[in-house]
Amino acid sequence: MTETFLGMPATAPRGVGHLRGDESFPVAARRSLADAQLRRNLGHATATIRTKSAAVIGEVPDWQELREAGRAIKTDVMARLPELLEQLEATVTAAGGTVHWAADAVEANRIVTDLVRATGSDRVMKVKSMATQEIGLNEALEAAGIEPVETDLAELIVQLGRDKPSHILVPAIHRNRAEIREIFLREMPGVDPALTDEPAILAAAARRHLRRTFLSTRVAVSGANFAVAETGTLAVVESEGNGRMCLTLPDTLITVMGIEKLIPTWADLEVFLQLLPRASTGERMNPYTSMWTGVTPGDGPQDFHLVLLDNGRSAVLADEVGRQALHCIRCSACLNVCPVYERTGGHAYGSVYPGPIGAVLSPQLTGVEDNASLPFASSLCGACFDACPVMIDIPSILVHLRAQHVAAYRSEHRVPSPEAITMAAAAYTMDHLPLYEAAQRASRVTRFAGRRGGGLPPPLSGWTLGRDLPQPPPQTFREWWAQR
Amino acid sequence: MRIALFVTCLADTLFPEAAKATVRLLERLGHEVVFPQDQTCCGQMHINTGYPDDALRLVRRHVRTFAPYDVVVAPSGSCVGSVRHQHATVARGAGDERLASRAEEVARRTYELSELLVDVLGVTDVGAFYPHRVTYHPTCHSLRMIRVGDKPLRLLRQVRGLDLVELPQAEQCCGFGGTFAVKNADTSTAMLADKMRHVLSTRADVCTAGDTSCLMHIGGGLSRLRAGVRTVHLAEILASTEPAGHPAEPAQRDGVTA
Amino acid sequence: MTSRELILGRLRAALGASPTTPGEVTRDYRPAGGAVDLDVLVHRLTDYRATVHRCSDGEVARVVDAILGGRRVVVPPGLPRRWLPDTVEVLTDDDLPTDRVDAADGVVTAAAVAVAETGTVILDAGPAQGRRVISLLPDVHVCVLRTDQVVAGVPDALARLGPDRPLTWISGPSATSDIELNRVEGVHGPRNLHVVIVPA
Repeated sequence: MTETFLGMPATAPRGVGHLRGDESFPVAARRSLADAQLRRNLGHATATIRTKSAAVIGEVPDWQELREAGRAIKTDVMARLPELLEQLEATVTAAGGTVHWAADAVEANRIVTDLVRATGSDRVMKVKSMATQEIGLNEALEAAGIEPVETDLAELIVQLGRDKPSHILVPAIHRNRAEIREIFLREMPGVDPALTDEPAILAAAARRHLRRTFLSTRVAVSGANFAVAETGTLAVVESEGNGRMCLTLPDTLITVMGIEKLIPTWADLEVFLQLLPRASTGERMNPYTSMWTGVTPGDGPQDFHLVLLDNGRSAVLADEVGRQALHCIRCSACLNVCPVYERTGGHAYGSVYPGPIGAVLSPQLTGVEDNASLPFASSLCGACFDACPVMIDIPSILVHLRAQHVAAYRSEHRVPSPEAITMAAAAYTMDHLPLYEAAQRASRVTRFAGRRGGGLPPPLSGWTLGRDLPQPPPQTFREWWAQR
Repeated sequence: MRIALFVTCLADTLFPEAAKATVRLLERLGHEVVFPQDQTCCGQMHINTGYPDDALRLVRRHVRTFAPYDVVVAPSGSCVGSVRHQHATVARGAGDERLASRAEEVARRTYELSELLVDVLGVTDVGAFYPHRVTYHPTCHSLRMIRVGDKPLRLLRQVRGLDLVELPQAEQCCGFGGTFAVKNADTSTAMLADKMRHVLSTRADVCTAGDTSCLMHIGGGLSRLRAGVRTVHLAEILASTEPAGHPAEPAQRDGVTA
Repeated sequence: MTSRELILGRLRAALGASPTTPGEVTRDYRPAGGAVDLDVLVHRLTDYRATVHRCSDGEVARVVDAILGGRRVVVPPGLPRRWLPDTVEVLTDDDLPTDRVDAADGVVTAAAVAVAETGTVILDAGPAQGRRVISLLPDVHVCVLRTDQVVAGVPDALARLGPDRPLTWISGPSATSDIELNRVEGVHGPRNLHVVIVPA
């Protein structure tokens, strides 16, 4: 494709990171759907967060105005992304930070690994970050003999359980308290064997487990929620204090940030700091938000590196319809309201970005054919669009990507797919009235031929597995109308 | 008022009772209903499955068919949603700006049934009688794509004899989603199972909605369960009257009614 | 070609193929300057499990005594000494080693700004607030707030703050929602947050 031409938008490379699943969504979903425990956990958790979020959003009279401003600011960012990135580079550098540019996951992993090696440390502590999950940084560090320690409670649960994250905000959402207790008992060295499954007790166990790590690890890796181009300020929004630990205690801080996380001005923070907590955890404000600008002498890490990551984002930006997926602030509201996500969980999506936003972001980052089933993993119910704090029109992008997939299939195969043949035939029939009326009459044959609730042939048989097909009426509407 | 009926291919072919009820209802309210014969399908299935090129000819046909009319009504939130939010996009995608602006013209004059009744005709009491326990499922596209809000409920509340019961988690999708129900049949079935559970919990005799497609899906599931709950399109309830000969009970067929 | 040039070139190509004009940002949301309601602040703080004390400046030491009397307390070098009772062992942070901060029972700091609507206290590492680490490691944080530091909403707070200092926004004690999405107080940060509100 265009990847061979330097300077042309490029998708994320294969063979590194976690943007592609091993199987298609329907296949992976079938396994999740059969897991009753998983569905109970997800149903309970998403219902809880929906209720909380609705309550605190209801408290602010200007929610729609904030959403509109958030959308407009992000639209502006995308239109001016190159110049804003250059501005950010200048402001961060002026404040004592070092800026690195990573064209893809491979380069980002190499930059971070080299920076850690240069400190002499064989361990890094990590603040939960989608960008580093995306590029598979932990695997790259391990391969270089460096131990990455996840410090976010949910990430810790995932890491200790040798599991995969299944939600953007709460990667262990698929685990309930009893399962978490079992993981801790099994994997946490020195844990109290009398550990109960009380959430407060489990949280206290994590506190004890990680305290030494926080105090003795000299390098931390974080992501960023926002970066202010005007001032060079970075912001990390969190709850537990593990973020503050990682951003404050080590000598060296390495922040890996997707290039779309930019906002132009300091004042723009006022929009996103109101939108994000209410949309994500359903809080008026999350417990802790840290903001830092370069290096502060005598306070916090004295060596600060910012890695700006493309890894397919330029390809997303190149799509006029799809680029609004880059507006995402990773709040997870779309996951929490999605009827598909609620039933299948995040693993079914294959990518680190699950749910509705993942279904539009992952295929664009990788190229649609590498995640071809994801744009179809939605009933287009539109709940995600309503919930999105920056008004990303996810249903429209899904429909747009479906057409891209169909076009890609068409250009790569000489023989049209059976579906394409059916669709073309249907469109032709419906555009020719005599054929359309004949087809209507033909559908009535099943009324006499089929048994009650008769099944359809594959691929439509999936539908009739759990539902009865309506029997065609004795007369179509237009026949009735003609006889009036 | 002269109103053109955009019947939708599904109602025309499989659920004519919903369309006939729309005609009866509007005529009873004193309006003239016309049926432009050239109409077939709005092309939504093609658009949503990734075939905008195939949909283009259907968009063109739809626009040509309905351009002459001042007011168009469809007994479907979903098809109206496609006309309003997709037709111009498909035309533009094909580089046909003239078709796009004509599609926008038609879209502006196209209404879902409850919108037409409440917003255009200004009625909520249509003089209907329907002595049944009914629960209302707001279909996703009527709720979030064209935002009919509580208009269907305002209409149902005025129906004499009707016992309206609230559907728990009403705003959750039933799992239809057109070809989604085929491509992701397992997920769709899981969504449908929850929707049916909520419908059954209301102990309603009838589940109604503004879209025959979603009703076909829900009704197909309920029929398989032999649950005894019928799915009936909103138009059929609103068209039912006490003394008139039109039966409050829609004609029962094997399988489902909608 | 460096990766910097490569990425910037890709982005320009992406936009060049389909240029977008930067849109006007409509800001119809509530601007800074809303009325401050201290009762709202108190409600929001307590709602997220912070403990609120309201007293005169002269009574702060008594409040600190009630919370941390007999224990070891880290303080920033610029903290007004009148806020500290004789009953606490004071550990002034003149670049204390991390282990010593960690071993303290509590910390007393001032604040920079507080947001009533969200129940947020913001520290900007000023002389009476100190390095970020001291308000992080001890398990009890007593934060003394003057009423004239309270603003109505988030826009007011950002207007008062600047990027030149590291900022820590604190809304209640350390918490997590990672177990079944229920909020549980007490993970890595201070598990006890006391906010002492004194008249300006």
